[in-house]
Amino acid sequence: MGSILVNGKVQEMEVPISLIDLIKNNKVEQPEMVSIQVNGEFVDRDSFETTQINTNDEVDFLYFMGGGSRC
Amino acid sequence: MDFTEDQIQRYSRHILLQDVGVEGQEKISNGKVLIVGAGGLGAPVALYLAAAGVGTIGIIDGDVVDLSNLQRQVIHFTPDVNKAKVLSAKEKINLLNPDVKVITYYDLLTAANALEIIKDYDFVVDGTDNFPVKFLINDACVNAGKPFSHGGILRFDGQAITVIPGKTACYRCVFHAPPPANAVPTCSQAGVLGAIAGILGTIQATEVLKYLTGVGDLLTNRLLTFNAKTMEFRNIKVKHNPKCQVCGDHPTITELVDYEQATCEIKNNH
Repeated sequence: MGSILVNGKVQEMEVPISLIDLIKNNKVEQPEMVSIQVNGEFVDRDSFETTQINTNDEVDFLYFMGGGSRC
Repeated sequence: MDFTEDQIQRYSRHILLQDVGVEGQEKISNGKVLIVGAGGLGAPVALYLAAAGVGTIGIIDGDVVDLSNLQRQVIHFTPDVNKAKVLSAKEKINLLNPDVKVITYYDLLTAANALEIIKDYDFVVDGTDNFPVKFLINDACVNAGKPFSHGGILRFDGQAITVIPGKTACYRCVFHAPPPANAVPTCSQAGVLGAIAGILGTIQATEVLKYLTGVGDLLTNRLLTFNAKTMEFRNIKVKHNPKCQVCGDHPTITELVDYEQATCEIKNNH
């Protein structure tokens, strides 16, 4: 087991875990609607499956957010 | 600029602030700010900037007020339904503060008109609801060297970041490219708690006033996100992306483009 900091909160899980599995575990329904940083570095979308996350890694899901006026 | 007695009274709570003072108020009064979208975000931004006495406020929006807007777009009132949003907003700003010069554009921001419109302003506020225009604002502001504030809201969440082109991470450094059309719901499709627009819009208005007066540290190189259900606010550090297509080492986007607009059907996952 290891600890991963996901969006600022500790999650305990078996490590290493692929980024795509972490996305699934966090119930991100549409991976195409997040931009992801691992330890402060952006991960290319086509590397979600090959990127391995280990204990003490910090992962941030940044969501696309619209809002405001149709303009 | 010499303030009249009325103006000194009107702006007294700014002038009292040690960090602002008469000098800071003069900077605000000389400021020119463009608000893209007179909706949920643009409404509080416009009202607070008008109250603050920003000298020139430009507002671009091609829509008319709809009854469903009034739940959050606080610059529009019930009798304004079917009125052009820019006109409705201008009327309220003029009533609130006759010092403010309001320039309206009853139009959509497009690749064809963006640079021409933003060139006259010191700062741009993104108050739009869709990604094609958010990326257009980013690319146009980066190209023109105009600082801007990105804001987004959805359901119970909000996010904001301030971009100083050439100095800080831009919106595209963080989000790379618009999501596929229909992948991300807009407020009109997924809903939004009305007051969220006020929280986010006043954060954007605050960034404008900080930029104009030079007070404090701007919300740069960090994405502010909040969730109203938990009332948790987070600052997520982001940095300039050398691979950014518009402000990276080898930019591939040198011309503005109009991306495909999402249609009004929410993607059905069930």
